[in-house]
Amino acid sequence: MEKKSVLKKITGSREALLAVILIILFAAITIVSPSFLTPKSLLDMLKNNAVTMVMSLGMLCVMLVGGIDISIMSTLALSGMSIGMLLKYEHITSPVLAFVIALLIGTACGLVVGLVISRADVPPIIATMGFMYIFRAMGYLVSNGGEWASAKALGSFKDFATTKLLGINCVIWVIILCYVVFFFFMKWTRTGRKIYAVGSNANAAEVSGINVKNIKMLVYVIMGFLAGLGGALQVSIYASAMPDMQQGGEMDVIAACVIGGVSMSGGRGTVIGALFGSLILATIAKALPLVGFDALWQNTIKGILILVVVVVNVILQRIADKNALKGREM
Amino acid sequence: MNKKLVSAVLCGTMILGSVSPVFAGTADGMKIALVAKSAGNAFFEIAAGAFEETVTAEGGTVEKVYPEAATADAQIKALDNLISQDFDAICISANDVNALQAKLEEAMDAGIKVSCFDSAPNKDSRQVFVNQAGTVAVGQALMDAVLDIAGGEGQWAILSATSQAANQNAWIDAMKTIMEEDEKYAGLELVEVAYGDDEPQKSTDQTAALLEKYPDLKVICAPTTVGIAAAAKYLQDNESACKLTGLGLPSEMIEYTGADDAHSCPYFYLWDMVGLGNLSAYATISLISGDITGALDETFTAGDMGEYTITEADDGGTEIVLGLPLEFNSDNIEEMAELY
Repeated sequence: MEKKSVLKKITGSREALLAVILIILFAAITIVSPSFLTPKSLLDMLKNNAVTMVMSLGMLCVMLVGGIDISIMSTLALSGMSIGMLLKYEHITSPVLAFVIALLIGTACGLVVGLVISRADVPPIIATMGFMYIFRAMGYLVSNGGEWASAKALGSFKDFATTKLLGINCVIWVIILCYVVFFFFMKWTRTGRKIYAVGSNANAAEVSGINVKNIKMLVYVIMGFLAGLGGALQVSIYASAMPDMQQGGEMDVIAACVIGGVSMSGGRGTVIGALFGSLILATIAKALPLVGFDALWQNTIKGILILVVVVVNVILQRIADKNALKGREM
Repeated sequence: MNKKLVSAVLCGTMILGSVSPVFAGTADGMKIALVAKSAGNAFFEIAAGAFEETVTAEGGTVEKVYPEAATADAQIKALDNLISQDFDAICISANDVNALQAKLEEAMDAGIKVSCFDSAPNKDSRQVFVNQAGTVAVGQALMDAVLDIAGGEGQWAILSATSQAANQNAWIDAMKTIMEEDEKYAGLELVEVAYGDDEPQKSTDQTAALLEKYPDLKVICAPTTVGIAAAAKYLQDNESACKLTGLGLPSEMIEYTGADDAHSCPYFYLWDMVGLGNLSAYATISLISGDITGALDETFTAGDMGEYTITEADDGGTEIVLGLPLEFNSDNIEEMAELY
């Protein structure tokens, strides 16, 4: 067997490809705005995109089984608003307790969504659209019809997002922790592999003894858990809880996964892919105002860039698949 | 005969007395419908609370009506309901400039007085508009704040909501005009108008980009509540030398407001929502009682707030301008944060 050339290695692995795209983006932005590539600027970028980055992991699981969840930002608003109001009216003061409550609310929301999708067999887009409205409205109800919980009301909870541990912001540690845990979970645990199995071929998975319904429910529970975490992070990072927070943000999470090569029809996608996908999206968001495009053009360019990345990715994947086939024929 | 007359007069007085026991109220028996843009707007609630308080104190009643959604359609449905009831007046915060015209004209034809506040429908759809603060007054206050905080000269930038937001654009245009027309602003350089879309995340990105692009930036002016809070947090966390002003909510800004270096915002502005509610209530009562009709140059007394004159609005209709925006600084923010 001849050794694979470096070029082949890159075109052969989707993740390596994404890394190359990310490096090209970094280089291009640094040429225009040299201050982009400083540690502070990069850490700022991670912190400001923590919510999307963490929630991409949940969306990865959901999309792996061929599902989609557009209720996530409503879950985020409900859990974030709930702890915001609890802290504001001094029902709780402990930041740890606030995190736990947000996680519990998120998980509960995810469980309900998962039950409806896996047991009642409602198409995910329809079910989560319903819950998108329900959870968002509940967020408004919790907020007494539109109150904000602001910096002062949040007490020591907001300090989490400004505290540094070993020189790195706690929020960034949360991102790192989530990605490490999910990397192992998806690659080396039985449940992680079952998610892939269900996504690749649900019938085959069923036949081989996997409880497909439970796996389908589990991915929404995971998503809900991470949406709850996202809620706590959002409130802590921006030191304010508003019932309309992150409205429309679910599209960024889905986009991050799609850029990262997660297939909309299930079965294909990795944690590293989700990481690169959300990093590329974060870089685009950070770069657009730096480069100085007109405001109305920024979203247009964001959309074009997302499409370009995805198309390049798909074309190169096709070439890689072809090459792999060739290898087999010979 | 005399006795009978006296007793008849006395009886009559007693009956009248029992019907309206308080003669002091100027709004006795008045029924006013207050139509919101939608449910769930904390801002509106403050004004609505003050409105209701004033009308109730004057002896009238207020029914708050919330359309199902923040659209003109939903408001038309709500108005339809109201017109068939016996309201004396409708006070509305309009979701659309033109779409409500037919319905509001129908209401006026039915003898219902129409006033509006916060956000006005066009001039034919209303009798009078109570404006929280004139566009120029806001622009002037913000421009002076920028000049003061920058120390007379230097670079400054604007962080707005979306690039299509009508209110923000009107204020920004007013600021630009004021800056060009007066020599005293000659030392100021407006480097960029950035748009954070009223999202904390995007506003933070935009603030960071402004600081990276213009290291000498002295002041950011954010005439939007979400933008100013996000920028305040970013500047304060990063101990930036760049300072902030704009329009914001005191309860959101309390952590960031102060004259020292530890705070990112020396002072900022917002109109007086309580005052707006009160003034709207008095204006509506005066419309019903016939003291005013909404015509130019009419005057009326708004309780303790004093005398107000109806002036010409930008759209050719008439309005009552509440006054200058309120300044919030380290002295009054604690107290004001309780309200807003």
